[in-house]
Amino acid sequence: MTDTAPARPARPRRLPLTWVGLAPFAIFALLFLILPTMNIVIGAFQTRDGSFTLQNLRDLGTGTIPSSYWISVKISLASSLLGCLIGFGMAAAVTFGAVPRFIRGPLMTFSGVASNFAGVPLAFAFLATFGPVGLITLFLKNNFGIVLQRDLGFSILSFWGLTVTYLFFQIPLMILIITPALEGLKKEWREAASVLGATSLQYWRMVALPILFPSLLGTFALLFANAFGAVATAIALTGSALNIVPIQLFAQIRGDVLGNPNLGYALAFGMIVVTGIANVLYIWLRIRAERWLK
Amino acid sequence: MSLYARLTGWIVLLFGLLYFFLPLLGLFEFSLKARRGVYSLDAYTKIIGDAEFQATFGYSVVMALVTIIMGVLLVVPTAFWVRLKMPWARPYVEFITLLPLVIPAIVIVFGYIRLYNTSSWLPMTGSTMGTNLLLAFGYTTLALPYMYRAVDTGLRTIDVATLTEAAQSLGAGWITILSRVILPNVLVAVLSGAFLTFAIVIGEFTLAALLDRPAFGPYLQRIGANKPYEPFALSVIAFAITWVCMGLIQLVTRFSKHTKAAR
Repeated sequence: MTDTAPARPARPRRLPLTWVGLAPFAIFALLFLILPTMNIVIGAFQTRDGSFTLQNLRDLGTGTIPSSYWISVKISLASSLLGCLIGFGMAAAVTFGAVPRFIRGPLMTFSGVASNFAGVPLAFAFLATFGPVGLITLFLKNNFGIVLQRDLGFSILSFWGLTVTYLFFQIPLMILIITPALEGLKKEWREAASVLGATSLQYWRMVALPILFPSLLGTFALLFANAFGAVATAIALTGSALNIVPIQLFAQIRGDVLGNPNLGYALAFGMIVVTGIANVLYIWLRIRAERWLK
Repeated sequence: MSLYARLTGWIVLLFGLLYFFLPLLGLFEFSLKARRGVYSLDAYTKIIGDAEFQATFGYSVVMALVTIIMGVLLVVPTAFWVRLKMPWARPYVEFITLLPLVIPAIVIVFGYIRLYNTSSWLPMTGSTMGTNLLLAFGYTTLALPYMYRAVDTGLRTIDVATLTEAAQSLGAGWITILSRVILPNVLVAVLSGAFLTFAIVIGEFTLAALLDRPAFGPYLQRIGANKPYEPFALSVIAFAITWVCMGLIQLVTRFSKHTKAAR
């Protein structure tokens, strides 16, 4: 800066300070989101005295851990698959005019509420309905002599019980996300297909579903991640009866039940990997889906 | 639309509605059964009079309000600044705000416990106040995706640059611009985010339980194990709060549409 000519503009030169406006957010995100997560990820690759190891990840294959991952994956798959199917059906019924249009508004509002009604209260709602003295249980027993558990093999404290409970927030989430996609299907496409002699089934199979496919698969991935990370509902509903990953991690954080803190970090790391993959899939498919739905 | 398609549509919709309606009915019915043989509000009166309920519920309400204030103070200036001065940074900021949806809450709080324990560089879990603060920060993190999206959508509908220049030429500083020009203009969006945050925080379980704070969610889970009817009454209350919050979002959104149309 030795050649400062007098011809320079009068305005004093300042350091670029625009980034300062972003500093509070950056510091917050670093302290309460990124560093804590990084800490867990790094811990998964460390021994107790801090040196690098892959043993923790290998140890994920021991004891009850593989079976808890497997049952978590199964519940997430079942609840997101059913959530996608039923949610799609309901959204389609409203969007394509099979039922009166005025249902759309209330259905969307309700979906907004129900997709947020997860956690402990949801577990009690299903206990009060399908539990040992629940509404449906008693109704079936008193009127038809059917005992849910004995005759239908259904218990709310089981795999299917948890799946049915998760559907209460999975279906609304599907409705919220897929309805705009369904509304993006242009009428002209259906008309063009029928002018060319396509049946309704052919239109769906060869035009609508291929266009919707990325949206459907993407939402499926999102629902999967949503179910995989759910903790409160499962704990309030089944206690520790069902050995899914979030419950096991919860017990590990409370009292180191695995007897190795670093194995706990590996367990958490595994969760991030699973939900991370599902979300990357969602984002990637969403970008693809938006090509068509403008 | 063929008759067959119409019929399928109705069946799917009715089946879905039944599925959503029955658990709520079951919950409500069960909460009324505290007195043998008749329906009564006994479970409600008993639980509302319970000192621990009042304490935990009050704690969660305060937590929710603190979270909302923190969220607004963090998100509004950031979203404003990004729109005004650093539009190139928007995808990155947006990506970070969506991370709490990707990383499960239980993993985030696990990280807190490890990073801010009593023997760490910032021992927040060492004192009650510090843990409360940590919980509020945690809730702010969980609410970040909803808050940021709401505020950013609100900012899209106003001309941030022109408003800022106009305020600056009248001699306003950054704080005045934010609090008296930007905030009133995105108030509806902020309120939507705030109500959603309230609904999330009031029944939140994982963070409060693992940080061992006396919040409503862990209390509800605990009494679920040893009281017959009260937890169901509480769940009805929790659901009603969620409904009210969502109703308020609808209300403020509709209200804002009217004021905008009148202009």
